[in-house]
Amino acid sequence: MIESIGRRAVAAVEAVGRVGHFVLDMLRAVPDVATWARPAVVQMRRIGVDSLPVALFIAAFTGVVLALQASYTFTGAVPLYFVGTLVGKTMMLELGPVLAGLALAGRVGASMAAELGTMKVTEQVDALETLAYDPQSYLVVPRVLAGTMMFPVIVAFAIATGIVTGWLTSLALLQLSTPEFIKGLKIFYQFKDVWFGLYKSATFGFTIALVGCIVGLRTRGGAEGVGRGAMQTVVYSAILILVLDAFWAVVLL
Amino acid sequence: MIEFQDLHKGFGEKQVLAGLSLTVHDAETLVIIGYSGTGKSVALKHVVGLLHPDAGDVIVDGQAVSTLDRDELTALRRGIGYVFQFAALFDSMTVAENVAMGLRRRGLSDEEIEDRVLEALALVDLSGTEERLPAELSGGMRKRVGIARAIALRPRYILYDEPTTGLDPVTAAVMDRLMVRAREHLGVTGVVVTHDMRSAYTVGDRVAMLYEGRIRQVGTVAEIQATEDPVVRQFIEGRPE
Repeated sequence: MIESIGRRAVAAVEAVGRVGHFVLDMLRAVPDVATWARPAVVQMRRIGVDSLPVALFIAAFTGVVLALQASYTFTGAVPLYFVGTLVGKTMMLELGPVLAGLALAGRVGASMAAELGTMKVTEQVDALETLAYDPQSYLVVPRVLAGTMMFPVIVAFAIATGIVTGWLTSLALLQLSTPEFIKGLKIFYQFKDVWFGLYKSATFGFTIALVGCIVGLRTRGGAEGVGRGAMQTVVYSAILILVLDAFWAVVLL
Repeated sequence: MIEFQDLHKGFGEKQVLAGLSLTVHDAETLVIIGYSGTGKSVALKHVVGLLHPDAGDVIVDGQAVSTLDRDELTALRRGIGYVFQFAALFDSMTVAENVAMGLRRRGLSDEEIEDRVLEALALVDLSGTEERLPAELSGGMRKRVGIARAIALRPRYILYDEPTTGLDPVTAAVMDRLMVRAREHLGVTGVVVTHDMRSAYTVGDRVAMLYEGRIRQVGTVAEIQATEDPVVRQFIEGRPE
């Protein structure tokens, strides 16, 4: 029993050490702009443009549900224009970044882990090295950079979409006027609401891409290993997003 | 010159290399033969620093590979072409892009890169396949693209990992001819890892047998064919007992 706990503790410390070493290696590769610039543009398009429909779809329905649930909760007790407040605040501070993050952990993280894992098991990563490419510069930096930069963009669109669908729902189903909805949106609004959500989403993007790269480049065991890596990436990313979400709430709010 | 000096490498409990010592002279093609799983590919990966030895080292042109820092290792790799067992082509890139990959690291102009790509593909008889994807090629063609990718760099050394494994006899003979052509046209030093004896006799100047982590015997093709060592004889004759 004690031996088992000890083994797990050592494994956990080793894992933290490996992640630290990986991040240091990645930072050391950052000055090699000539290598990562082109693949970074490709990754930004993949992560940004290709992921947008999923994020917007989720945000659109979240906005609808938020407006209806707010109205249901407020009935008779709170003025209805506070629907705008709740939709706006919730989309900006929490649901925009977190729901998009969780959805993209599957869409982006799993795909990165699978792609890099396949490259690893088919020796394409070794081939890169023998051609004098640093895999950190060519594979990792572009993905992590693209994740960090594009997630806030995706989340910004998701927040806007959620607010618009919340507004449309209020007009169509709650008999709330546009000026009333906007009045609610403006009450208690702070600029911090926006940057908090976007900053948080940048850290989610960084984390998802980093986990996808670490797991992908440590893949072993052929197709089964690739599948396992993709699954692990989704699980680890989802856990880390929720932990980070709580962390930033404690630190920044 | 490449020197394996008392190389040791293990994975977990399994000791794969246990004191491998061997010298590859300039301008020769040395073939390393041995049973599957005896560490031939592992030895090859040490030459380009893809694996780190537990003890001993590989010396390439006087440089101990395991002691090189990242930049030195990158510089060393620029002089070595590596042909992987399953070609390891980048599957999202065309044939031309695969061959050009290593050249882009060398600061060549686009025209120079294109010329070198076409020249390398012609040398492996694959002119006209530039825009095809690896998935559209046969196994033999993929391996030839792997050779083109290596020779396009005009390296001093080329390392071939099981170049004929999984190929039909005719395609394997084509691969042998390409390896001979690479040495004759480009004057490169080659190290070939294989268990295909026909290929070993065709391309090798010398043959070394790896057995239980060490070199059991090394000699010219004629010396190996005339060996009286029972282990080597059994292997080259392909006898089960």
